[in-house]
Amino acid sequence: MDNDRIDQIIDKHQGEASSLIQVLLEIQRENSWLPKEILERVSEKLQVSLAQIQHTATFYKAFRLVPKGRHEIHICNGTSCHVRGAQGVIDTVQDLIGIRPGQTDLDSKFTLETCNCLGRCALGPVIEIEGKTHSKMSPAEAKDVIKKYE
Amino acid sequence: MAQIKSPEELEKVRQGILSGRDPSKPSISVCAGSACLASGAAEVIAAFKAEIKKQGLEADVDTKGAGCPGFCERGPVVVIYPEEICYLQVKPEDVSEIVSSTIKEKKVIDRLLYVDPSTGEKAVHEYDIPFYKKQMRLVIGDNIKIDPKSIDDYLAVGGYSALGKVIRSMTPDQVIEEVSKSNLRGRSGSGFPAGFKWESCRKSEGEPKYIICNCHEGDPGAFADRRLLEATPHTVLEGMIIGCYAIGAAEGYIFVGDEFPQTVENARLAIKQAEEYGFLGKNILGSDFDLTIKVYIDGGGYVLGESSSLMASMEGKIGEPRTKYDHATDRGLWAKPTVLNNLQTWVNVPLIINQGADSFSKIGTEESTGTRVFSLTGKVNNIGMVEVPMGMTFREIVFDIGGGIRGNKKFKALQAGGPMGGFIPENLLDLQVDYEEMKKAGLAMGPGLIVADENTCIVDMVKYYLTFLANESCGKCTPCRDGLRHMLKIMNRITEGRGQKGDLELLEILSEVQKSAALCALGQGASDPLRASLKHFRDEYEAHIEEKRCPAGVCKVLSTALNI
Repeated sequence: MDNDRIDQIIDKHQGEASSLIQVLLEIQRENSWLPKEILERVSEKLQVSLAQIQHTATFYKAFRLVPKGRHEIHICNGTSCHVRGAQGVIDTVQDLIGIRPGQTDLDSKFTLETCNCLGRCALGPVIEIEGKTHSKMSPAEAKDVIKKYE
Repeated sequence: MAQIKSPEELEKVRQGILSGRDPSKPSISVCAGSACLASGAAEVIAAFKAEIKKQGLEADVDTKGAGCPGFCERGPVVVIYPEEICYLQVKPEDVSEIVSSTIKEKKVIDRLLYVDPSTGEKAVHEYDIPFYKKQMRLVIGDNIKIDPKSIDDYLAVGGYSALGKVIRSMTPDQVIEEVSKSNLRGRSGSGFPAGFKWESCRKSEGEPKYIICNCHEGDPGAFADRRLLEATPHTVLEGMIIGCYAIGAAEGYIFVGDEFPQTVENARLAIKQAEEYGFLGKNILGSDFDLTIKVYIDGGGYVLGESSSLMASMEGKIGEPRTKYDHATDRGLWAKPTVLNNLQTWVNVPLIINQGADSFSKIGTEESTGTRVFSLTGKVNNIGMVEVPMGMTFREIVFDIGGGIRGNKKFKALQAGGPMGGFIPENLLDLQVDYEEMKKAGLAMGPGLIVADENTCIVDMVKYYLTFLANESCGKCTPCRDGLRHMLKIMNRITEGRGQKGDLELLEILSEVQKSAALCALGQGASDPLRASLKHFRDEYEAHIEEKRCPAGVCKVLSTALNI
């Protein structure tokens, strides 16, 4: 993402320091993660210290400071999915791809995330990969689903 | 569309929309809620459109993606008007038959109907299905008739008539009086009277005044608020607009996370449409009342649902709670008078204005009026979004509406209020949905109800909540940050077969200290599930500690040990 686009987004929010969270969210929507150079540019334009921006970007759960893998795996671990066996699914997927929730593997193939509720409790345990919902997953089925991704 | 300039013109526009619609014209409503979409509703809608085109019926049949009626368990849900025939679990393959027989020949297709598992009877209409029968669907009843992306659909079912009434014939004080009389209480859980909150803010001296609709809903396993915003965004807006009129606020915000992209999309579109029609913006319906409403996307984090951290976050700061020396109605967002209400509080406002406070307050119990929308989930047969009158017992919700426990298992517990709520066992199921009653039993009025059966380990479930909260604690105050971590450590020990004598007493002491010493509601309520479970399910803990056994067979180490 180039500086012009960053400036555009910041200008859209009137360049106010209070719009930091919205600015970062919007940048991340386009860039998928927040590299240091972008944060530096935001810091300069909004007149907010880099330390403050780091604080914000690490406090809120939505922000990502490392690049994403090619495939993003979201496993719902809402209470309903949990009582229906989501932990087993998470454990299996973790073992299979070798990373924990919040991490990206070394080949940048997968990023694994767990979420609090995808609102599809009737279909739980639910895995969502690139907008596609895989429902009523058993650990074995989850393994098969993940293996299909290259 | 030209802006509507008066309440009278609004009625004319409504008549115009209605006269352009033939009630006897066949119309197909497919639920386009997130859950049905995940089970393939988009493909079903596309198939209907293609089939209707193929059969040359484009001018004779309407097809729409509608708001969520709640029966997620049997999605995708399709309702065919004018007969109101309800088909469940419809697949694209069924579409051509539906168009040929049901639309053209008015024949009902038996295999797509709901079958009552106890009697074997088939239900043709939505209202015949037991899941819907016992509900009181005042807020969500019209969802399936409305395309959430169409303001005309909302107007066709009487939308914005409450706003018209308010602008035409009520002063702000009268609106507040009506809301106070209805005894509408905050649906976030605390149950604070909405009318009183509005009045304090109106009387407060600072300007400008703000209102916020809290649709954060960070509870794991709850989706009712966000689904409501997705399904009926104009009801939310109408309630907020009336609230702003009463309070004298010129700016409103909908605070929502973007885990459900469709929710945000529908809310933004609804705001744009309301602006075009003159329900938002300058001189609303020809009055001198101006208002803008914006969607604010939150940055993620459970603690943001807490009022002071929500406002700090909206100001662009770190979303940590602060000690509340002042009420938000005096010094809230940007230190200006602010009313923060839960989304489910706002959606009741149009209803109160239309029905009148007297009729609204007759619903429910004396102290808790109106209805409550829950997401009913877990090990229950009918998972979905349900709306019940206050005063209904949880037994009715779980067994009559929810259809009992999956796979004929035994009911173990009902969890209400999320990570800050509690559990009730079977013998307390006759408890009513009522703020005071629930509080006494250690439950909170959260949007999620989660059913646990005999195969659910309560100790594991509490550990799950503590893990969640320990991750979500903002870290500002010690009792929450460290207390949770220590409780979690003990819980891990217990579920891994290393529980010691005295652990339960230690947990009790820790939770007590946390309850009294934490800074915000999250910290104070964080150990409520633990306390409730220790009260009702102590034997399960003891089995884990003394017998090194997990009775439900969930805790891995203990269950494997047992198998050897």
